[in-house]
Amino acid sequence: MTDHALSTPLSVDREAEQILKAQRRRQIISATLRYGVLFSVGLVMLYPLIWLIGASFKPNSEIFAGAGFIPHEGTVAGYVNGWQTSTPYTFGRFFWNTFLIVIPKIIGTAISCTAVAYGFARFDFPGKKILFASLIATLLLPNVVTRIPQYLLFRDLGWLDSFLPLWVPSAFAGDAFFVFMLVQFLRAIPRDMEEAARVDGASTWQVLLFIVVPLLTPALISVCLFQFMWTMNDFLGPLIYISSVDKFPVSLALKLSIDTTEAFEWNRILAMSVLTIMPALIVFFVAQKYFIEGISAGGVKG
Amino acid sequence: MARLQLRNLEKDYGGFKAVHGINLDVNDGEFMVLVGPSGCAKSTTLRMIAGLERVTGGEIRIGDNLVNDKAPGERGIAMVFQNYALYPHMKVRKNLSFGLRLKRRPKDEIEQATRDVSNILEIGDYLERLPKQLSGGQAQRVAVGRALIKKPQVFLFDEPLSNLDAKLRASMRVRITDLHKQLKADGLQSTVVYVTHDQTEAMTMGDRICVMKEGRIMQVADPVTLYNRPANSFVAGFIGSPEMNLMEADLADSTLSIGSQRLPLGSDVMARLSQMAAKRLTLGVRPQHFRVAGSDEAGTLAGKVSHVEFMGHEVYLYVKVEGSQVIAVVPSAQYDRSKISGDTVYLAPQSENIHLFDRVSGENISLAKLD
Repeated sequence: MTDHALSTPLSVDREAEQILKAQRRRQIISATLRYGVLFSVGLVMLYPLIWLIGASFKPNSEIFAGAGFIPHEGTVAGYVNGWQTSTPYTFGRFFWNTFLIVIPKIIGTAISCTAVAYGFARFDFPGKKILFASLIATLLLPNVVTRIPQYLLFRDLGWLDSFLPLWVPSAFAGDAFFVFMLVQFLRAIPRDMEEAARVDGASTWQVLLFIVVPLLTPALISVCLFQFMWTMNDFLGPLIYISSVDKFPVSLALKLSIDTTEAFEWNRILAMSVLTIMPALIVFFVAQKYFIEGISAGGVKG
Repeated sequence: MARLQLRNLEKDYGGFKAVHGINLDVNDGEFMVLVGPSGCAKSTTLRMIAGLERVTGGEIRIGDNLVNDKAPGERGIAMVFQNYALYPHMKVRKNLSFGLRLKRRPKDEIEQATRDVSNILEIGDYLERLPKQLSGGQAQRVAVGRALIKKPQVFLFDEPLSNLDAKLRASMRVRITDLHKQLKADGLQSTVVYVTHDQTEAMTMGDRICVMKEGRIMQVADPVTLYNRPANSFVAGFIGSPEMNLMEADLADSTLSIGSQRLPLGSDVMARLSQMAAKRLTLGVRPQHFRVAGSDEAGTLAGKVSHVEFMGHEVYLYVKVEGSQVIAVVPSAQYDRSKISGDTVYLAPQSENIHLFDRVSGENISLAKLD
């Protein structure tokens, strides 16, 4: 009796164990497969960047010798020489120029887009629908179309060969995309807090400053990040408006070193490219959390 | 004096009239409850008083001032919102003092006021927390505190308890009423306008209750009057739980005909009818005002029991009388357990608690000489 009673559960146990084992094996195989695919696709995507960083430490002769990224004779000559450039200015000057464009542009964008988006999202005024529709319409307009009229306009203002054409339009909420993004984000925020603030005696601007802006922070961070990256990468804008070398931002300066050197010093160019992408990369990783929160809340909802 | 007066107040949403010229006086220190089903414009009315909705017509006076065109912050009001509306990025302390800081009050005054309010509402332990770290009840207390700290002339509450669970709601109800009494006893401004859709809240909290329907005021009265002397069939059906039974009835020769049944009215009932001419009526009897009678008694309504709910000290009888569902609440002790679904019962309405309404206008015509 006792034997019988004991042996039955034991066989059940064994069976269960086998099933569990099989399950675990399947899980391990599927996980390996999944991560294997993800890793290899990720590697393919990232390889150019890895190669870029590796190649910037190679001597010129070695760069095109193979597709590997590990330098055989590591050197920082590319960085040292690249920084000096073939002009009277160091690369630091070009970085400084870039920041002279980026900083006012970001600050201007953040302030103006917040104010405009707040107006569109929270107030009723005559012609609101038409104005908002035209704002969205400018989103769909290709940039190229406005280049020439804009150029003529800025020429008449006497702004050529200065940083002004590069950041002033953005400081007047010229980037419809950011306004749209903030409007969408604001629509998802309940109005109660703003109403509570009004009952507490806050004026419209105080409500905006003390209540709306803190609530908008994640979206604002992604607006600033987008603007930062796009401005860092902008090549055409500076190419059109800036003609003196001492005002070149990094995007133009990189091209400069290709133009003026007879035999291309590839490792200098690559080294400076690495430096050029560094700020955007660092800023992105630092603010990654807010960035994703900002776009997912602003872009998907609503 | 913080009297609140609404004169012919109207709200028009581009062609849709939400509020139809209402008149309401809230006395100094009074706890006035606006109650009604959803869509009755009670919240819109409150938001107009707060200044969050523009007034389309009529006047709002707080104290002696016409406030129609004043900003919410200048009206001397404070408001508690349904979902608390605490500023999520500020700690409780900053939430409480936001209004005072905007007015650039001296630091020690703000400090003192924060301490006083947090003592009254027992939120002293949470001052350094963010709103998301608070439970619903705590957040609601902070929201009340934010109103209290401003020492407003009029407090406005917009369904403040509807996000809380039943138990917490009951305790917050008591807390808010106590707070109102305390303010009144301390001689502080304590006029309250409180919006709710819950008639229990209205009955337990209000000094007076304003029942609204579709942008119109149906009746303004204290809870006892509202319950005993509803001005019309809407108020009668809205106030009281379970709600009043309303049945179509025709009157002829002091006898009501309800379907095929006859209910003779006593002379006491006939004496208080104001409009003898009206024949097409609605009979209203509260579930508590029925008595289970014997089959041989006169003045009863016969019906089949459709189901029975045993509530402990009383029993809810759901009875089909002439095709309409009637609820009778009878004390358990008097209830004959042998009556079950399908059985016929005879319900005798207490003649002093019979209400008769004009079927067309809904007006209660049985209120004359009731005093």
